[in-house]
Amino acid sequence: MFEWIMIPYSLLTLFIVINYGMLLTALMQKIGARVGRRHGIPIWQNYFDLIKNFGLRTSISHGTMFYLGPVFRLTGGIGLLLFVPTIYGSEMFSNLSFAGDLILALYFVFFGTLGMALGAAESGHPHSAIGISRGLSQVTSAELPFALAVFAVALQYQTLSIPEIVAAQQGGIENWTLFTNPFAVAAAMLSFLGSMMRPPFDVVLAPQEIPIGPPTEYHSSYLALMQTNRAIMPIAKIVVYMNLFFGGAATWPVFFLKVFLIYLFSVFVGVAFPRFRVEQSVRWFLIWAVPLGVVAIVMV
Amino acid sequence: MKDDIEKRIERQPDDRSQRPALRDIPVREELLPRTVKTPDGQEIKIDPLQDYFCQAGPTVQTPAYTKIIEDLFNWARAESLWILGFGTGCGAIEMRPLMTPRFDAYRYGIQWRPTPRQANLLVISGYLSVKTLKRAIRAYEQMQNPKYVVGLGSCTINGGMYWDSYNTIKCLDEYLPVDLYITGCMPRPEALLQGFDDLKKLIRAGKGEGANRYAENFEWYKANQKRVIKDWDMPDYNW
Amino acid sequence: MQSLYDNLKTLFPLADFTGQRPDLAFVTVPREQLRPLLLHLRDKEGFTHLVLLTAVDWIEDDQFQLTYLLNDRNSARDIGVRLMLPRDNASMDSIHDLWPTAATYQRELREMFGIDFPESPRVDEDFILEGWVDMPPYRRDFDTLEYSRETYVERPGRETRDPAQYMKQKLYPDGGGNG
Repeated sequence: MFEWIMIPYSLLTLFIVINYGMLLTALMQKIGARVGRRHGIPIWQNYFDLIKNFGLRTSISHGTMFYLGPVFRLTGGIGLLLFVPTIYGSEMFSNLSFAGDLILALYFVFFGTLGMALGAAESGHPHSAIGISRGLSQVTSAELPFALAVFAVALQYQTLSIPEIVAAQQGGIENWTLFTNPFAVAAAMLSFLGSMMRPPFDVVLAPQEIPIGPPTEYHSSYLALMQTNRAIMPIAKIVVYMNLFFGGAATWPVFFLKVFLIYLFSVFVGVAFPRFRVEQSVRWFLIWAVPLGVVAIVMV
Repeated sequence: MKDDIEKRIERQPDDRSQRPALRDIPVREELLPRTVKTPDGQEIKIDPLQDYFCQAGPTVQTPAYTKIIEDLFNWARAESLWILGFGTGCGAIEMRPLMTPRFDAYRYGIQWRPTPRQANLLVISGYLSVKTLKRAIRAYEQMQNPKYVVGLGSCTINGGMYWDSYNTIKCLDEYLPVDLYITGCMPRPEALLQGFDDLKKLIRAGKGEGANRYAENFEWYKANQKRVIKDWDMPDYNW
Repeated sequence: MQSLYDNLKTLFPLADFTGQRPDLAFVTVPREQLRPLLLHLRDKEGFTHLVLLTAVDWIEDDQFQLTYLLNDRNSARDIGVRLMLPRDNASMDSIHDLWPTAATYQRELREMFGIDFPESPRVDEDFILEGWVDMPPYRRDFDTLEYSRETYVERPGRETRDPAQYMKQKLYPDGGGNG
């Protein structure tokens, strides 16, 4: 049943996650910069960018769909966050999770990119179609192992509700899905690299790629919405991963630590590799990640 | 600033229509108004230079509601300078070292963006030929208010080494509203960082209103631009 | 190169021969003999690489001189073939079928000097200058300083100094030092 008290609690969760996301994304960029022997952006840079983009005095819209693109993206991020429990077992921070929210999480992970595609097509930029088709093909192929891993986990625990999956992993580190179903976790972590849009899979978002794909025409408030989403979405996705595969978090410090470590996994891979082309990354996912997911389902 | 511009209007060069024109420059065929057949068979009249672009010129955008909010915005704008990645001249080679670990402009909040929609600083790096000026104007007008222009090198100040060239302009702020000049031929990356620091101080003091200057004196700037760019095939204001 | 010149002299009416270095020489041909000479140099003598095609404005003699610089990669020697054109309505046959890169050089000469190459592909298009309505700018009777003064607004207050005099005054204000 729906209680009105959930709304301020969810907003509190959202507030904590937005701030943590902004600081963490900047921290990860600083870590990447330190690998390249430089200092990198200041830790508060995301806040400056956000205020600056809101403070731009003019903006240009190309139509309704253009306006809705960032809105869809942000909806995807916030929706993903609010429909999975952030802190397991806590009344305040379980958000709006319910039975069956696993399928909803799968849906929301993909929702943002779709919205982006629709919005960018309206932007009037002649090359946006190239960027969108590349982005969608890469995200689709990266999503496939994740879907397989999720099905494997759902079959293993016989439930589609994330709080129950987290409950089954409590009681010690050996109960984590990481150890009870390692193939599913391997497939999902490979898919994680793809959906984090870091090297080697960042050709879609890289600024040097002509014309930086879908976000080309987005500016001022639209870009502020998208940058906010870029702070929320990784955290929300990592929360799903954490709940499904790594035992969930029972307190905020454990939450911060686990999210940091899972994000750091993608940064470890990211700072050491150059980019793949889109067809190379699609091929990589189909050859390496999908068989692991299939094995996970077969073996469960 | 207004009487400064009036002084400049007095010393404009003579109208060059006195010199004989060896050939006229026609507008390109795809930009002429004409009647076309759409894919589903209708006949429509199109006018490419008018149909897709804004008919109105730029407007002066007033700052935000109260002083304290405007100060907050100015502080954020100064700490987050996004440069348009358009190397207009030889000074672009001095901007590249800023992306490398030795000089690292990223720790000052400076990033390079590939699209004018997202950038708020245009760096005119070095000599500006008439051909590049046309593209720079198009890029500048697509940027959002508030936006800043920095002129790098002595060619933007007084023509520099190319003072007797038939193809480069000699005084950048006749064509675009410049906030800051950085002297040198070319200035070293340390000089660029110092210049960006000065620009930040300027913005934080509330003086970075080049876009509003452009909007106020739009006809003057446009007349100057059209005087040197002879094959004008763009709308007057490329928003 | 002298032996090369002697060979060529038996076949073509070459005007004068300047041997500038052991591996660089210039010859002058009349206009009609250019194409056969280039073909002979390319096919028989091994000068297969066209380095450049440029023009010199001899305004005192009222002529343009075209220079075709060819390079023999195997023996590392260059030969420059010159020919003179009258300055009014200068035009020349195109050699873009011998070397396709010559089309670009010919476009540049058409725009900058006004020397026409009628059959060359895309020679009428704007090459570097856009919207240029004046005389072709590389001609010596085009006064680029005056054009620049007339078209582009200057910032007042620019001084020009002779660097040697300026440094001498700075370093030796009382007029000493080596004069």
